[in-house]
Amino acid sequence: MLTPETALLASLILPLIGFVGIMLTDRAPNLREGITLTTAVLTFLCVLTVFVGVAGGARPEVTVLTMLPGLDVAFSVEPLGALFALIASGLWIVNSLYSIGYMRGNGEKGQTRFYMCFAIAITAALGIAYAGNLLTFFVFYEALTLSTFPLVTHKRDAKARAGGRIYLGILIGTSIGLLLPAVIWTYVLTGTTDFALGGILADAPDLRGAGPVILLGLFVFGIGKAALMPVHPWLPNAMVAPTPVSAFLHAVAVVKAGVFGVLKVSLYVFGTDYLAASGASELYMWIAAGSILLASAIAMTQDNLKARLAYSTVSQLSYVTLGAMMATSLGVIGGATQIAAHALGKMTLFMCAGAVYTAAHHSLISEMRGTGRAMPYTWIAYIIGACSIIGLPPMAGSWPKFYLMMGGLQGGHGWLIAVLIVSSLMNIVYLLTPAVRAFMDPVPTPASGHAPAAVIDEAPLFCLVPAWITAIGTVLLFFFMGDLVAFLEPLVAR
Amino acid sequence: MALVDHLPVLPVVVPLISAPACVLLPKGRLPWLFATLVSWATFALAATLLGVVMQEGVITYYLGGWSAPLGIVYRIDLATAIVMALVSGMAAVVFPYARASVLKEVGRDQTPAFYGAFLICLTGLIGVVATGDAFNVFVFLEISSLSTYALVAMGARQDRRALTAAFTYLVLGTIGATFFVIGLGLLYQMTGTLNMLDLHAKLAGQDNKVVRAAFAFIVTGLGLKLAMFPLHRWLPNAYTYAPSAVTAFLASTATKVAVYAMLRFLFTIVGFSAPFTEVALGLFLVLGLAGMFVASLIAVFRDDVKQMLAFSSVAQIGYMLLGISFATEAGVAAALTHVVNHALMKASLFLAVGCVYYAIGSHRLSDYRGIGRTMPFTAACFIIGGLSLIGVPLTAGFVSKFVLIEAALGATLAVPSLLIVLLIVASSLLAVAYIGRVAYEMFLADPPAGAPAVQGRAVPLGMLIPMAVVTALNVYVGVDGEGLVALCTEAAQGLLALSFGGGAF
Repeated sequence: MLTPETALLASLILPLIGFVGIMLTDRAPNLREGITLTTAVLTFLCVLTVFVGVAGGARPEVTVLTMLPGLDVAFSVEPLGALFALIASGLWIVNSLYSIGYMRGNGEKGQTRFYMCFAIAITAALGIAYAGNLLTFFVFYEALTLSTFPLVTHKRDAKARAGGRIYLGILIGTSIGLLLPAVIWTYVLTGTTDFALGGILADAPDLRGAGPVILLGLFVFGIGKAALMPVHPWLPNAMVAPTPVSAFLHAVAVVKAGVFGVLKVSLYVFGTDYLAASGASELYMWIAAGSILLASAIAMTQDNLKARLAYSTVSQLSYVTLGAMMATSLGVIGGATQIAAHALGKMTLFMCAGAVYTAAHHSLISEMRGTGRAMPYTWIAYIIGACSIIGLPPMAGSWPKFYLMMGGLQGGHGWLIAVLIVSSLMNIVYLLTPAVRAFMDPVPTPASGHAPAAVIDEAPLFCLVPAWITAIGTVLLFFFMGDLVAFLEPLVAR
Repeated sequence: MALVDHLPVLPVVVPLISAPACVLLPKGRLPWLFATLVSWATFALAATLLGVVMQEGVITYYLGGWSAPLGIVYRIDLATAIVMALVSGMAAVVFPYARASVLKEVGRDQTPAFYGAFLICLTGLIGVVATGDAFNVFVFLEISSLSTYALVAMGARQDRRALTAAFTYLVLGTIGATFFVIGLGLLYQMTGTLNMLDLHAKLAGQDNKVVRAAFAFIVTGLGLKLAMFPLHRWLPNAYTYAPSAVTAFLASTATKVAVYAMLRFLFTIVGFSAPFTEVALGLFLVLGLAGMFVASLIAVFRDDVKQMLAFSSVAQIGYMLLGISFATEAGVAAALTHVVNHALMKASLFLAVGCVYYAIGSHRLSDYRGIGRTMPFTAACFIIGGLSLIGVPLTAGFVSKFVLIEAALGATLAVPSLLIVLLIVASSLLAVAYIGRVAYEMFLADPPAGAPAVQGRAVPLGMLIPMAVVTALNVYVGVDGEGLVALCTEAAQGLLALSFGGGAF
């Protein structure tokens, strides 16, 4: 049996081995996809070993190298990281299946590069999840940005390049311009960048006045992947990527790495007690609440389904930031469970959007009228995912909202309940309309210029099955939420 | 005296006597081979010297056996040994690289003169560092500068603008040297000595118009030599039009040596007892920050990659001046660390640019389209060098920036530390912009239709290996920067201890 430490290192190295394997099998697509899937499954098993170990109370720690005294590349796993790693590696399997259907169904070019970059991105995401200090987090954070850039610009046309430039500009700009100074400032204040539950800044004597607020701001906006407004524009722009990239990276790995980072910083650098006592996070709680509503409002105006989902993601990510900034135990639980629930729900939605694109080549909601009758399985999976995001039982998305509302009350911010409810109502409007139009609207006649519905068939199985796996996952997670909360308990236990 | 006792002077003497011999060699490959061997020998000597200084501390060597302050003294402390090893190490890397590049850019018939000048330049740079005599600094500075003018002018076969660039450099460099020597003359008039430690002892407590004028002349003269913003006018064109190997060597050594000389005059000779040191430090702070910004901003809008990197050099000198201006041990250590690291990153960038020029014969950004696919190895080295320049973790540049920011947060300054940190970071973002432009053309833009095809083996291994070595060093320092930072901190301690303490020699 693998020890958690070995499994940790193995899970980081396996995707890199897969990377080489994929590169070498450029000419044999079936073998190449076989390698991707095998790597994904093996990585998942390693991550699962770590997860089980952490659930059993183990805290695996590995130091890889030391750059300067006190500046290590080191890993140390705690429940939140183990959860994020499990989500990322588990959904990588699902997404790899989906990628096969989508990339082949659309005859995309450069598929080898696509799978290679994916493998690197997984290593980067796992590195973020397992990071034992801010520096390691930062290194893998940048690696994730750079490795996903070729995926965003996969189509290599002018639009993809323009989107890619914004993607890279905002993510690199915020990380170097804000996150890096925050990391170094933390190091200067405390002499360490190690994550420690309860925070490392609480005892820093030099952090006075507006200091905590500024430092937290550098973190919250510096981790641009969390897409808190106004550093969100990279996310809608990243939608020029092929749908598997949007589904997995921009609903799961990249954006969750961002909110995971925000949560981790508030728990392990500041500490909830210190945040609550200093009041540093209140400003950002307001910004997160504003971001939730504003992004939902923008989502309602989008006709492109992927753009609408992207703005919905911006809104949903702010739930996690909101939970972290509440600085209450239930808020943290709400934020952490939202990472899991939103990953499953949003990935379902994106995969359905991609399935519609593969089967019918529609990307605008107005074009999708009537497609529900031709491809009911796709749209039913969509509805399940949408209900989870909205927060309807028995879908997983209902629990995080519940915990966040409780967390708001716990912190004495009852008005947050109103924000969350309004947001849910807006979710209903913008997420369910496409499905309603797909099922209820008349099929457009050929004269209107659209392809007649008769030509449209259900999406390929490789596109459909993964969507259903995650859709069922949202329902299962609803019933097993108690176990997940018990797993996360050490984060807030005193 | 055994030969090993002369170790402090050998890194200067060996290239000095080799240079005339090099000119007499037949045209072709032989001068290159000879010069390369000399550069390796020099590096071996300098590295040995560094080892000895690390173990035994400061070495003082009396030239011709004449004792100070009458004779010329070579005083090798840790800072000296580091910069000396750096300069000779860069020469040891660039000389092997130069063979193919120079044959193509300068021509076969000029190789004896070229390598002769190159060796003289190396002599001058090492001499500036090694000597403990103020006037000797001037002599060696001029030896290196004069040979540099010639080296820059040798780019004329590729682009005639090299001649005007060299002429501008000559005029401005001479003005700088003149200012410097005027300052020295005034100091000599006041103290009657030129030995650095003796000067320090005799200047202690002196504050009058003559000393102030001398100090102002010296700072301005050296400022010109090290391309301190806004005295940097000569640098961009000289670097742009010089042969690739020359640019790589100069960018990684010449300005660094001038920074070193500035450190010597500021901390060893004048020290903190003089009130006007504060003025100079304030000036460095402001000009350093201004240079970081303005030069980076100009670099973003350059369409010639070599020129872009040249402006980036001006900006990077701002970081060093900034570190010096803190006048703390951490600040000076950060400046020294950046002297070394910037040499590494700029060398890898300019060597990569030289490889591209060798393959496609152009520095223009628009001609870099698709280089990522046709010359993947060179492009990868350029990107790693660029990441280092930006300051991404696991590269040398990160180590530099980290210690600099740490020093800024630890210093008490007129400007809030946090503001300086944000300015440092903001100028890093400008580096993202200009390196990003090149990366974009190399990897994302399609090669222009009808562009000459570049074969994978278009660039000889003799050029690729030195580039790979320097690039690997960038990563090595980034991964394990502890040794370098500790060394530079110790060197900074030595420099500042002199500055506060007395002048015993």
